[in-house]
Amino acid sequence: MIKLISPFKLRKLGILGMNRRNIGLIGSYNQRSNYSIADNKLATKSAAISRGIPVPELYGTVEHQFQVRSVGEQIRALTSFVIKPAQGSGGKGILVITGRDGDRFVKSSGALISIRAVKRHISNILAGLHSLGGRNDVAMIETLIDFDPGLKDYSFEGVPDIRIIVFRGVPVMAMMRCATKASDGKANLHQGAVGVGIDIGSGQAVAAVQQSALIAQHPDTGIGFDALEVPSWSQVLNLAAGCANMARLGYLGADIVLDRLRGPMLLELNARPGLAIQVANQAGLRHRLAQADKIADSTDNQEQKISLARKQFTQSKQARAQLALDIY
Amino acid sequence: MVSSRVQVSLIATGLLVLGLGLCLYKAVNLGFPLVPGEYRDVWTVESKVSFKPSKGDVVEVELKLPAMLAGWSNVDEYFASSGFGFSVIAPSRDNGFDARRARWTRQTLERPTTLYYKQQMYRAKQAKDLPDMPVLEVSPPLLENDRQAAMARLVDRLSQQSSDRESFTSLLLQEFLRQSPDQDSLFLLGSYQEGSLVVMMDVLAYKGIPAHQLRGIVLEDGRRRQTLSALIEIHNGEKWVVFDPQNANIGLPDNFFIWQRGDGAVLNVVGGRDSSLEFALVSNSLPVKTVVSMGQRSEQVDLLDFSVYALPVEQQGIFKGLLLIPVAALVVVLMRVLVGIRTSGTFMPVLIALAFIQTTLLVGLIIFLGLVGVGLWIRSYLSRLNLLLVSRVAAVIIVVILLMAVLAVISYRMGLDQALTVTFFPTVIIAWTIERMSILWEEEGGHEVLIQGSGSLLVAVLAYIAMSSQIVSHLTFNFPELMLSLLGVILLLGKYTGFRLSELYRFRDLASEQNFPQQKARSQPKKSKKKL
Repeated sequence: MIKLISPFKLRKLGILGMNRRNIGLIGSYNQRSNYSIADNKLATKSAAISRGIPVPELYGTVEHQFQVRSVGEQIRALTSFVIKPAQGSGGKGILVITGRDGDRFVKSSGALISIRAVKRHISNILAGLHSLGGRNDVAMIETLIDFDPGLKDYSFEGVPDIRIIVFRGVPVMAMMRCATKASDGKANLHQGAVGVGIDIGSGQAVAAVQQSALIAQHPDTGIGFDALEVPSWSQVLNLAAGCANMARLGYLGADIVLDRLRGPMLLELNARPGLAIQVANQAGLRHRLAQADKIADSTDNQEQKISLARKQFTQSKQARAQLALDIY
Repeated sequence: MVSSRVQVSLIATGLLVLGLGLCLYKAVNLGFPLVPGEYRDVWTVESKVSFKPSKGDVVEVELKLPAMLAGWSNVDEYFASSGFGFSVIAPSRDNGFDARRARWTRQTLERPTTLYYKQQMYRAKQAKDLPDMPVLEVSPPLLENDRQAAMARLVDRLSQQSSDRESFTSLLLQEFLRQSPDQDSLFLLGSYQEGSLVVMMDVLAYKGIPAHQLRGIVLEDGRRRQTLSALIEIHNGEKWVVFDPQNANIGLPDNFFIWQRGDGAVLNVVGGRDSSLEFALVSNSLPVKTVVSMGQRSEQVDLLDFSVYALPVEQQGIFKGLLLIPVAALVVVLMRVLVGIRTSGTFMPVLIALAFIQTTLLVGLIIFLGLVGVGLWIRSYLSRLNLLLVSRVAAVIIVVILLMAVLAVISYRMGLDQALTVTFFPTVIIAWTIERMSILWEEEGGHEVLIQGSGSLLVAVLAYIAMSSQIVSHLTFNFPELMLSLLGVILLLGKYTGFRLSELYRFRDLASEQNFPQQKARSQPKKSKKKL
């Protein structure tokens, strides 16, 4: 017998469903005309640079098929890089090269691929294989993140990134996505990456899930998640809130990585962030969204929004007890 | 948001009420039965007479109308005759064999013309036997010597092998059905040049067996450009017996509609040339009550009658399928919005379901899985060739068509006719499905392919079940206004913000008490967290 949870219980927990997300949040708070910045990573990048938001360095772009031939020259000098489609959806089409082995390239999984395979990947990107609606796309070549060594053991082969849901400028929920062997070094929860819920107040881990089952430690590195605390947490929150301002989207997911030297950097924005974050946090979004709505009504100041959010959305015991008094 | 919600609710309620109201009006006031009771297949036959006028002559076209034998009964008939004088001539003798004739006349005519006669009929009772008919004197055919000799030898040989008129006729038909008839039959066939039927009639006449042709049409739903075919009827001394020259079987085939019993032309065109007579056929399953009352009602309520019956036969056949698509769309919406099944391509399952209707479910599933399976295998080779996306998909399309052809030819050779329906699968959709699946495989692994593939198939099968249900096709075809209600329901579903069934599974573990499961203390437990 398949175990199901009753919809009443889900509602009580404040879980946000896909239908409500589509109609109540994306449809109502995100104007179609404002999608362009979030949907196109190149646009995201240039908008971020003009606002002084740190992003990974762009080596170059490939826009036309004929340029693919000369790509070999461009990447010959690079030891590590990332190739991604500018309008990719759901983390599709991202090729991470971590090193060289003679003429061949080393993928993050350790597999070797030839320059031909890299070029084929680029032509697929240009033809729109990985992109929303199959439109022709542009391939971006950027630096590989040299991620914070403090987080090294929490991810297997891939770069761990932090997804923060920002609603009307208020960060409401966060999670770190850690690659595993099962996810082939990709931080994609569908493929078996671990989602670690992060407390908005403290930046500490709340819960960790893999394929929606709770786990205590990383399946490959064996490190326990309960000790995890994201470094430079307030900077991360600031960055995420700033992105919401920049993208002019009411409901958005900001993907942030922590670089060893440059600190938190914006990786990409998502105008339709998924719901798995609720499982990783073992908490629903709806109550928090309602609170965030009040916060956003009460102030326009970004600092204030963040500090109110940190106070209200923390899952540590004392703050929670205080909050319970406020609500009931 | 509130205003759009109110708008949607208003529009949806309006549509629901309008659709149901019209449906009820038709059910109560016009007597359309809501629930299909006993069904009759009502055939609509559209006869198309085309000809080119000869210069400056008076044009006179005479079409014999069907005799309504073997239990067939007429529901309605309609003649299209713009610019022509038109009359229906009653039979001169009312003996049941002399049929009514429709006559179109016109003084002058410039360009090629087509005249229509549309008739709706159904089989009131399954009567196999035809009414008795006087036996006429048989006169042997007048033949040249060589033909006469060949015919004499053939008749001699067949007579020796047969005992009576029936077995003689059987043998004769089989003789002409054989791959290699003997010398005499071959010679007769060659010298007549009018086809084997005329030869057989002459042989029967030579033998002195009273015989005539039964002209009529083979009933096949959705057929167009059907022409008259013929059966042979002989008198065995006691009664008339029907033979099918296509397979030498005795008895009237069930799907044969007799147009004319006896020899003579069905169509006579004076003042025209290159005349042809073609039929388009469509069959609808209709409740008996509707059939019986259809004749009287048709004119008075045209305004409110949304029924598709008003359309020409060919379009009726198309709409019969089209009207089912909204039901399939509803199934897709339900499955995606309420259940949360992932499919590859939003409405791809509808197209697959439409193909299933043509192929039947099991054959369709096998063909589909086979095509996609082999396609994926070939596609995995193509991916190593480093091709551009568009040419790769085009290559997959060609491969799919080749596969279909190979499948059709092989199965036909092996005598499996069902596999011929493979052509009903939408090629381009299948090619894209293969492409998507193979990308999905590379990017997300076989697990996701399995989920989306089986999701698509499940939705396709459910849509097929909905579309092939008799009550659904009855309601959609007889009450097309229900489509408005369906539209209302879909609009409402578009505003559904509740949970999907799949989410009840996805979030099933959220009610647990402790976030980090019990573990040996590797690192210091910092916090003890409790769920709200």
